[in-house]
Order: sequence, then C-alpha cells, then structure tokens
Amino acid sequence: MIHSLFLINHTGDIFLEKHWKSVISRSVCDYFFEAKEKAVDPENVPPVLQTPHHYLITIYRGKLFFLSVIQTEVPPLFVIEFLHRVADTFQDYFGECSEVIIKDNVVTVYELLEEMLDNGFPLATESNVLKEMIRPPTILRSVVNTLTGSSNVGDTLPTGQLSNIPWRRAGVKYTNNEAYFDVIEEIDAILDKSGTTVFAEIQGVIEACVRLTGMPDLTLSFMNPRLLDDVSFHPCVRFKRWESERVLSFIPPDGNFTLMTYHVSSQNLVAIPVYVKQNISFFETGNCGRLDITIGPKQTMGKTVEGLMVTVHMPKAVLSTNLTASQGNYTYDLATKVLVWDVGKLNPQKLPNLRGSLSMQAGAPKPEENPSLNIDLKIQQLAISGLKVSRLDMYGEKYKPFKGVKYVTKAGKFQVRT
Amino acid sequence: MDVGFSLRSEAAGVMRTALVSAENLQLTLKTELSQEEQALTHTNSSPKETNKAGNEDLKEMLESNKESLKLEAMKRVVGLIAKGKNASELFPAVVKNVASKNIELKKLVYVYLVRYAEEQQDLALLSISTFQRALKDPNQFIRASALRVLSSIRVPIIVPIMMLAIKEAAADLSPYVRKTSAHAIQKLFSLDPDQKEQLIEVIEKLLKDKSTLVAGSVVMAFEEVCPDRIDLIHKNYRKLCNLLVDVEEWGQVVIISMLTRYARTQFTSPWKEGAVFDENNEKTFYDSDSEEKKGQIEAKPYIMDPDHRLLLRNTKPLLQSRNTAVVMSVAQLYWHLAPKHEVSIVTKSLVRLLRSHREVQYIVLQNIATMSIQRKGMFEPFMKSFYVRSTDATHIKTLKLEILTNLANEANISTILREFQTYVKSQDKAFAAATIQAIGRCATNISEVTDTCLNGLVLLLSNRDETVVAESVVVIKKLLQTQPTQHSEIIKHMAKLFDNITVPMARASILWLMGEYCERVPKIAPDVLRKMAKTFTIEEDIVKLQTVNLAAKLYLTNSKQTKLLTQYILNLGKYDQNYDIRDRTRFIRQLIVPSEKNGALNKYARRILLAPKPAPVLESAFKDRDRYQLGTLSHSLNIKATGYQELSDWPAVAPDQSVRNVEVIEPVKEWAPLVGKAKQTKSDDKFYSDDEDEKEEEGSDSSGSEDSSSSSSSSSSSEESGSESEEESSEESEKTSSDSGKSSSGSEESSSESESDKNKKKKKTKKAPQKKSKPTAADSDSDENGNGPVAHASSSSAETSSGSETDSEDDSDSDSPTVQKKKSDVKSKAKVEVKSKREVSLLDLDDFSPAPTNVPKSAVLSSSLLSDLEGLSLSNVSSTMQVTTPSFGPVKTYELLHHMTGKGLSAKYHFPRQPCLYQPSMVAVQVILTNGSDHSLEEIHIGDRNPASLNIHCFNTIERLEPEASVTVSMGIDFSDSTQAANFQLCTKEDQFNVSIQPAVGELLMPSSMTEQDFCKEQGKLLGMNETSGTITMATANASSQAISKQVLSVANVGVVSSSQNNFHRFAGQTVSSGALVLVSLEVKESSSALLTINTEKSVMASMLLRDLKQALAQA
Repeated sequence: MIHSLFLINHTGDIFLEKHWKSVISRSVCDYFFEAKEKAVDPENVPPVLQTPHHYLITIYRGKLFFLSVIQTEVPPLFVIEFLHRVADTFQDYFGECSEVIIKDNVVTVYELLEEMLDNGFPLATESNVLKEMIRPPTILRSVVNTLTGSSNVGDTLPTGQLSNIPWRRAGVKYTNNEAYFDVIEEIDAILDKSGTTVFAEIQGVIEACVRLTGMPDLTLSFMNPRLLDDVSFHPCVRFKRWESERVLSFIPPDGNFTLMTYHVSSQNLVAIPVYVKQNISFFETGNCGRLDITIGPKQTMGKTVEGLMVTVHMPKAVLSTNLTASQGNYTYDLATKVLVWDVGKLNPQKLPNLRGSLSMQAGAPKPEENPSLNIDLKIQQLAISGLKVSRLDMYGEKYKPFKGVKYVTKAGKFQVRT
Repeated sequence: MDVGFSLRSEAAGVMRTALVSAENLQLTLKTELSQEEQALTHTNSSPKETNKAGNEDLKEMLESNKESLKLEAMKRVVGLIAKGKNASELFPAVVKNVASKNIELKKLVYVYLVRYAEEQQDLALLSISTFQRALKDPNQFIRASALRVLSSIRVPIIVPIMMLAIKEAAADLSPYVRKTSAHAIQKLFSLDPDQKEQLIEVIEKLLKDKSTLVAGSVVMAFEEVCPDRIDLIHKNYRKLCNLLVDVEEWGQVVIISMLTRYARTQFTSPWKEGAVFDENNEKTFYDSDSEEKKGQIEAKPYIMDPDHRLLLRNTKPLLQSRNTAVVMSVAQLYWHLAPKHEVSIVTKSLVRLLRSHREVQYIVLQNIATMSIQRKGMFEPFMKSFYVRSTDATHIKTLKLEILTNLANEANISTILREFQTYVKSQDKAFAAATIQAIGRCATNISEVTDTCLNGLVLLLSNRDETVVAESVVVIKKLLQTQPTQHSEIIKHMAKLFDNITVPMARASILWLMGEYCERVPKIAPDVLRKMAKTFTIEEDIVKLQTVNLAAKLYLTNSKQTKLLTQYILNLGKYDQNYDIRDRTRFIRQLIVPSEKNGALNKYARRILLAPKPAPVLESAFKDRDRYQLGTLSHSLNIKATGYQELSDWPAVAPDQSVRNVEVIEPVKEWAPLVGKAKQTKSDDKFYSDDEDEKEEEGSDSSGSEDSSSSSSSSSSSEESGSESEEESSEESEKTSSDSGKSSSGSEESSSESESDKNKKKKKTKKAPQKKSKPTAADSDSDENGNGPVAHASSSSAETSSGSETDSEDDSDSDSPTVQKKKSDVKSKAKVEVKSKREVSLLDLDDFSPAPTNVPKSAVLSSSLLSDLEGLSLSNVSSTMQVTTPSFGPVKTYELLHHMTGKGLSAKYHFPRQPCLYQPSMVAVQVILTNGSDHSLEEIHIGDRNPASLNIHCFNTIERLEPEASVTVSMGIDFSDSTQAANFQLCTKEDQFNVSIQPAVGELLMPSSMTEQDFCKEQGKLLGMNETSGTITMATANASSQAISKQVLSVANVGVVSSSQNNFHRFAGQTVSSGALVLVSLEVKESSSALLTINTEKSVMASMLLRDLKQALAQA
C-alpha cells in the first residue's frame, strides 16, 4: 500500500524520508513540485497526482506536505486518513507538528513511523498503544536520558495491541480520578448581504479527557438524544447500545480523545448568535473605498459572546487601510491582504464598530466583488443546539471519580457575504 | 607483552569514551537540546569533506562496548537515513549489534537493516541466525518482531527460511504473530512471486482464523497475492461479515472492498425491474436453512440472497466510524451492492465527511459528483452543504460547483442560479469561469431557464474581467447553437465586443459564430473578417484557424464582398509557420475556389461547410467516472491505476449458495447459555418496541445463521468489542484471558457502597413525579459553573423506559437484601424478563427452550437463536453483566440417568457456568434429555425432591419427546454453598426415577474480577482460620502459566487475576449462594512444587477445593 513517505516543507525541501519497501528515489517528488508550482497556493495542490510509475498522495498540514508514494490501486482516503493520523500522532507526541520539531525528534519520529506501518499497511495507530512502545519526549526525560543513557523506547511490550480494546493500555493508575467532557458545537453558516441565512447547520464534537484508574466502563447519556442526527464514534463506543438506548457506553482510552462527533438534525432552526451590519464599497474614481462593520448580538440565549474576531480577505488591489475600531484592534497584512479585527467580548450596550477608508492601488479596476467576512466567536457554557448531558455512570471500578461537563459554542465556517 | 598491550588499548578506549561523553554532556548543558537535535547538529555541522571522518567516528562508537555510545551512534545513523544520506558503509559495524539486549538499540538496528539489507545481501545474512533464534522465543512480541524484520529484509537467498517462518507463524498460538505472518506473506510474494502456490495455502489457512486481529491483514494478503481466488472466500464469507465490526479500522477498509468484489460475483442484481423487497420476510431467512427453503417456494421476482443482506446489514454500523476511509468504503459498497432505494442511507455520512480535512473533502466530493449524476435525489436534500465558501481551495470549489450543477432541476434551479450569481463575482477567477460553464450546463439541461441564463451571460459580457467574458462567450456560443434562430441580437453584441476580447478561445468562438450564422448578420460578418485580415499574423493559432473558416464560409455566401479578403487570408495562411494552418488553408482553397482539377468537391463545398451542426451537449466531467469502482484511486484519477480490479457485472444466475455454508458441529458439545434462552422469550415478545431494537435483533439473528455451530464464539464476536470472545481467550495466553476478565469487569456498581445506596433511594423515589424537577435543577447547576459535576443520580423519564438497572435494584432491595451487589446484576437480567411479561407467568420462560429436536438442522436453529439472543442480552442489559461470563469454559458432562435404568430415557447434565437466570443464588445446570427408547416419552418433568426444602427451579414439563430425539433444558438449583447432592425425581408419564446432582465444589463458585491490589487487600482480610494452604506437586506439563490457569479453571469457576509476578497465579471467585469471596493463589516454586493457598470464610469448601485443585494440577 503505502510505499514511501516524504516530509516536505513549504519551500520545497525534503527533510525526512522513510521507505517501507524498496527505496524510491526522492526524484519522484519532482512531479509534486511541478504541480505545486502550478497551483501557486499550497492549498490548491491536488491531493492525488499521477506520475509515470507511481501515484502521489499528499496532505498539507501545518505548513508541511506529507507526501506518500503509492504503486498500486488503493483507496485514496485510506492513505489520506492515515497521513492525517501520522500528523495527529506527531502533534500528540511533540505538542506541535512543525519542521523544527520533527527535525529535533527525528529518531522518535522514525521509531513511530516504523511502528505505525508494516509493509505499507497500518499496524498500530492508536496513540495509547504507541505511547506504550515509544514514550513521548519531555524535557526532563531527555535530560535524564542523556545522563543515564536510558531510552525513550518502552521496555515493556504493548499489551493493548493484543486485547480487544486496543485503545486502552493496561495498568493505568491515577491518584486523582477524573473524567471531563467538553461538548463543543460549531455553527457553520453562510449569511447573505441582507443578513438572511443562506445556510446554517450545527456540528458538534465531544472531546473527552479521561484519567481513570483501571478499566472503567462509562455510560454517558443525554437529556435529548433525539437532537442528534448523524453521529460518528470513537471505536470504543458500543454502537449497539447507542442504537437501542441512545446512550454512549464505552471503555475509554486513557487521556484525551474525541468521543463522538455529531450533526444536529436540520429540522431545527439554527440560532445565529450575532448579526453583522456591513457596508463595504469601492468608488469608481479616486482609488479608494469605504468600510463600515457593526456587530450586534442576535440569539445568544442570554450568554456573552466572547472571542469575537472578523477576518476579511481583501481584494488584491487594496493597498492599505485607515480604520478606527470602537472596540478591540485591527491589523491589515499587506502581503496576504488579510484584515483581522479582534473584537473580544461583545457588549450589547455598546456595539463594536469598525469604520474607515481603504486605499486602492492607482489605476487598478474597481473590484468586482466585495470580500466576504469570516466571523469567529465563542460562547461559553452553552451548547447552541440545546444538547445536554444527563448523566455519567461508571462501572467496573470502585472509586468515585470527579466528573465534569463543559459546553462551548463556537463559530465554525461562519461567513457573511457582502 | 600481550597483557600490556591490551591494557593500554583498554585505557585508551576508556579515555576516548570519557571524552566523548564529556563532550556530549557539554553539549547538553550548553544548548539544552534533545539528544536527537544533538545528533543532527553533529552531522549538520560536519562539512561534506569530513563526512567520511564522521562516519569513522560512528563506526568506532558502534564498536565500543558501551551501550550508551552505541545507542548514540545508532541515533545519528538513523538521522542520516531519515535525511536520505548514504550510511551503507557502516553496515558491518551496525549488524553486529543486532543481538543487543537494549531494546531501543535493537529497534534502531532493525530500522537500519531493513533499509540497507537489500544493498548488502551477504552481510545481511549475518543477522539471520539471530532472527531465527528469536522466532522460537516464548514471548509473542519478540517472535512477531523477528518475523517482521526477517521478512522485511529483501534478500532473495533467504526465501526458503522466510517461507518456513511464515508457515510456522501462521500456526502460532498468538493471533498477533499470525497477523505478522499475514503481513510477511505479502512481502515474500513481492520478493519472489514463484512462491505463490505455497503462499496461497498459508492464506487459505489464515482466512479460517477467527481472530479479529488477523482478519484484516490476511485479506490484505489475499488481495495482493491471489485476488482472483474467490473460492477461498466462500467458507469464510459469513465469518468475515460478522467479524467486521470488531476488526481494526484499516482492516475494515480492505475487507469491505474485497467483499464488494466478492458479492458482485456471487449474488444476483438487486436492481432488476419490479424487484419486490420485503424486509420482514427477509428476516426470517437467517434463522435456518429450512425456513430459507420455505422462502424460495414463494414465487417472487427477486429475493435477495440472505448472505447479500447479511453483508449490507453488518456494514451499515460502520457508516458511523470516525475513520473516513471506512465510511467511504461502506458508501461504495452500498452504491455497488444495495438495492436502489437503500443506497440513500449513506448520504448523511458522506455529507458528514465534508467537515473533515481538505484532502478528504476532495476525494469525497469527487465520489459524490459521480453519484449525483445518476442519483440526484440522494443528495438534493443536502444541496446547501455544497454551497461554496470563499475560503475553500479552488479544486474543492469546482467540485462543489459540479455537484450543484448535477443536482439542479426545475424545482431548485432558481436557488442554484442565485447562488451561482455570487460565485461569478468571486475573486478566484478560475472558479468564476467554472461557474459560467456550470450556468451553461444548467441552461441546456433545464429548458425553462435557458433564456434567463443566456441573458445573464450576455450581461457578463460587459464584465471587467477578461477570463469571465471569454468564458461567457464560449458558453454563449454553445447555447446559441441549440437555438440559433432568435439570437442575432446577441451575435451582433458579441461582434461589438470582439475588439476588446483578447482571450484566444473567446475570439475563436466569436469568429465561429459569425461564420456559422453569417446569413443572419450579413452586414457585420464581412467587417469582422476585414479586421481579422489586418491582425491575422499576430493571432493565436486557434484564432487563425477560425479566421480561415470564417473566410471560407463568407466566400460561399457573400463572395461579392469578401472574395479579395478571403484570398488575402488564404495567402497569409499558406505561408504560416504552423503546419495545421497551412494544411487547412490548402484544403479550403481547393474546396471553395473553383478550378479544373477539383470540380467534383467544389459543388458540395457549401453543403460541407455550412451543414447544420448538432448542438454540443454540455456534460459533466464526471459522466464516465462510474466505470470505476467508487472510492478507488482509479476513480479519483479517472485513469485505470495499476492493480485496479475491475468490478464484475452481476451474474445472471446466482452461483451455488451452499458453498458458503459452514459445516455444523454437534450442538451437544457446546453449552447453550442460559442467558440466551431468557432472551428468546424476550425477542418473541418484542420487549423493546423500538424498531431499532428489531434491527438489532436481525443483526444478531444473522450472526447465528453464520456460525451456528460455535454459538459462543460467533455471537460474542458480533457483540460490541467490550464483551470478549471466549474462544479467543481460551486459545490465547493467560495474558489475554486476564484482559478479557478485566474488560468485562463492568460488574461492580459504579461507586462505593454508600453511593449505590443513595442511588437506590433516589431511584425508589423516582416514581413520584414531583421529584422530577430535581435532576434538572442539578443539571442547570452544573451548567452555571461550567465544570460542575454531572448530576449523577438524575433520573429522567427517558431513563425509566430503558432502566433495566433501576428495576433490578428495586427488586434486589425487596427480595434478598443480603445478596451481593454482583448478584443483583444477575438478577437484573432475570427481572427484566419477568417485568416484560408479568401477565404471562414466569413458567412460560421455559416454553421455548425444550423444543424437541429431531434433525440436526433444527438443532442448529435453536442454538443459533440462542447465540444471537445472547448477543442481544449483553448489549442491551447493561455492561455490568459481563463479569459473570466465565473466562474459560471446559465442559464436563455428568451422567444423571442412564438409559438402561431410565427405561430409554437418559439424562446428562453439565454446569454451563453462566449466572443462573432464575435466582442469583442458584447454580445453573443444563440437562440434556435423550429418548433412547423406541416410543415417544410424554410429560417429562421433575417430581418430588429431597430434602423437601431444596430450592430448585424446574424446567417446564416437556410434553413429548420423540424417539432418538434429545432436548436441552436448563434448571437452577440452590445448593446453599454445600456439596450435598440435590436429589429429585425425574418423571415421565409412566415412570419416576430418582436422580441426584452432586456438584463439584468448584461449580459452586462464580468468577469475579479484581485487580491484583484488590486481591491482596481482600486476602489480607481473610487470614488465620480463613486460610487453607498446602504444598502440591505439579505435573511437569503444567509448568506454563497457561496450563496452570487451564487446570484451575477446569476445576473451579473462578476468574483469573492478572499477576505482575511470573511465579504467582491468582484466581478469584465468590460462592454462588452467599457471595463469600474465595481467593486462590498459587506460588510456583522450584522442582515443580508449588504452594497453594485458599482464602475464604467457607473453610470446608476451601479444603475441598484444595483437594480438587491438588489433584488437577498433579495430573498432566
């Protein structure tokens, strides 16, 4: 399946290569570089490419290209999903997935890749199993290792891989037993010029942080499971119990994981927490334009809107901006033509406003389309769909864990067309 | 002399290592960088010319005798490999370390070996013996990793060794090693394809494997080595379908795509016209073969093969997988295999994937694009999910546009066009151009909007952006061709624009339009030609060609005005640099200009050039993609990729279905679990009204039909992964069986005694409606502070409906307050049924089970039903049940009544080691009654019992038992924790026979699972009088821990407690009646003696158990 992997930074340097079968010369990447040249923007490079003898499947994560070389027919999603899993693992191990970090930890990275694939077929991709085999580096451990010569490779062999619950390692112990669940909902919406909703839906995810001793068997139930339209689960969740009782029953992995993602049924109207009044115009003459944006609360269920941020991708012709913000501050990146207005907390009494003039490149034609606004926001302690966790029960262990649920609503792909 | 020299060299060595480590230390202190970084900076800083010297240095480090130096060196070597630098000259130095004790060092050496062995074959052979030795290691992980590396070094000489190793590993006890061998098969095959035949044998063997670990890997090997050997799948088809849910996600993808191909060759098409599909009827097919026959008798145009249905049903839950590849592969399976009206269930899941990463979106959108051409209805409700955002990548935008265009119909076209209007203005001009194309397609496909679209496009002609204008021209040209009569105005407008348009394609399009409709614009066309004559030499090739075309057409229609112009242009074309244009010019000149030589064609010139041309059909780029299987690389590239397996067409007549039947093993050998029986009644009564439950029942039904012989294994595999497959644990090492114990440890109530008490109280009060407000209050509380604890005891009304637990707790309160917590769970199950059918009477419970079984076929029916219902129980009743499933199940059958004394009636019994369903204090006993006489026996029941107080739950009277028939019934006996025999009478209509059941002490126990710490803690409480111990001699065959647990478990129904020490074995159980803890620990000492200790309050039982265990362990 996966023949080789090349890690390439955004300037086009191959800084790591790994082969699971015979070695493939790195010149195969030239085809990719060609496509990258053509695409200009790294986002636009097609994920699947064909070369005379190989197929290249690439993902772009954190300014890095993960390029895998394939020789025969394989479901492309299989490879893409795996590559993302590799990137996730790096993130999990090193805190971020960047060129510097990978170069710093090249041996650990190599050991990880060795365990994750055998002959191009995924072997161990569960973070819990991997962490048992190769311990994640910490500053303390690397100092200790240097002094004592001990290593990052676990000397116990992983048992998780063998059991029927490969996601959990054996012998977990904590002094404080705790289980936290974050219900995070994101509003994806497109609003048109007049503020009417073109499209809106709610996507949710339950992130869990479970630190429990032993082999706890948890059951999480909802007050209103009917809201959930489409769900996907971590493999630990027993699907049949969900089907029959609409409860999540699972033996959790140790640590942080995504328990489920869901989509709220589209019959329910989606509450849009803010409204945006905007007026962006470019004048035919004088090479300038005007911008005026006001944001106000709409349906916030009585909660405060925080972390409000507006991002505008200006037309290429906009040279500079001269704006005043009644609240927060704004930046305009001249190179990427991105205007970011960091508003902060939304105060219903005094609505934040950004206004001023835009100066255009002399002689450039008036932009055809006004740029759309991307809104980012956060509402604490509210799941906008109304989803509520009813209870969490634990079986299989005797102690009493500390349990907590947190609700957050965020803007997902929230776009206002102008 | 010698001594002196060696001393000196040693001293030098020490000095060197000291220096190096000092240097290391210094580096660490200075920069605080990780080791890896150090390795990198080292190699980085050394310039190219000193690279060799650097390697010398590495060689020295590798040859030193300090582990840390070697490790450091290997890390640097791996750093070199990672950067793609050549480190092959270090091979001899590295390979020496292959046998190192240090695991990390060893792993790094493996990395190196796999990378360079191919280049240094001779030297690589040095390492082989190490691997061969490791292949025999008692530790399964070491065996597996040895096989992995051995098979990864691509050295053709060792092919025979690899072959041997693979064969051995394929028969290994550990499923992990077998999995590795499946991977090795592919490697060996790519190294030496001549081994194919032998490898197929191994694959065939591994395909039979029941472990979920192996399944994915072996199917992968199958796909790589012999994808055409579909005959190997037949026997394993049902097993694979049933295991699928529990296989790891990557294996699922491979298995699903293989099964898709398989199904296309084995089943008939469900897409035929008039296919009637009746879900209810379908359901019954899975129960038995006999019923299947019944189904076939009913004449129906199309009946889906039950195996076909099985596949569809078992893959459906995987749509909920978090792995996008799994979801996609299920979607393509449904697309290619499911009846048309069922395909739409995949829609939601596919749309969900659009939230994922950009690359995932790309692939999924491609597939949706193909699907939406054929099945608009599937995605139409989700149209808005395909709306384009300005932040999407260009290829994503175009794909979304493609799908929106596919989805357009009369009803939604106005919405879509409004949306398109926004896109046309996009700053991304490539996308805007694509939108115009899309508008053109909508216009041709939906005649109602053609005019609207055309007008819109004409407006776009005045757009400032050139690409937009050009694209509009091209599209308008195509549209005009469909209805040229009305649109001379537009043509005139375009002629006006001609001077401002520079994009060649657009210019060419206008020229073509002029030529084609020159009679409609007689005044303008010659003028355009005049302009073109001026600029001919600087135009692009495509424009030149069209100019020549225009000239020719005008010459034919309006030769008066254009003759000279045409000749001028033809002359220019004659000397053009491009041979196409020269060629065309020559052709046109011969065609239109009359001369003596070529009069024949000249006559037809007008008809040739001005023939009415069919309008172009604007088609989706994804039109022909459906020839490839969805989700494949070939589909994504629209090119047949290497190794692509064509999806065959449905066979006209289904091949023999019976090839998938698995032979049936005698049902007597297995212990039909009591749990299952209880469930039977449940399923009969439709305890759950939800239709989801019904579906689930179906699911487990099918699992029964698949593997009817081994009810326990198959059903457990179709359960959720939480409940273990017994079969696996029995064949695996102790480790795994203890695993299964642990994971099934859902037994204990969630928290401490006091809390569960509190729970009970709350639950009792639950029925009072005014209490309902309480949970909500608690909940909102937790909302307020965000992190607040979850309202633990809140009992919403929703819970009441599903609350099997609550019921049980109420009951255990009232009935037997002394019963231990665990028992209450057992009880909960029993009570669920009781509750469900209060009005029916408890006795009916048994009605179903003693169905007389004549033919083995119907025996299969009952056992398969049992197994799937058992599956049901474990999933529906809370997971706390799992504790009571025994981790090991040897079945000893005892004689209850010999057929000589019983006048033909014989009875055997065994202890199924399942929690008794009638009362938790009872021990479950299964009795197999066989009629050995030549006449049928009637009214078999249980008569008087002795002592009279003996608490027996009798089986229901068996009305009639035919000759040679046998029936299995279950009963419960309360032995009150004593081995005193239970005496009772077994009666038929005519006779009464006194029989007795004397339980072995081990059968009076139930396994309980606990951790090692809990075990030690409990053991500490049961010292002194409560401790019985003795030294025993063990048979040498019982040396391994696996053998010990096997022997102990054969004697007593206890659970294995995982042990951290190798020579200590611990088992825990509790007595069935009183729930007293029984702890067995065995300390193995030298020379096969061992210290056996039993801690329990029941000292009598302890001594008896000690005796039994002693005996069991002494015998081999």
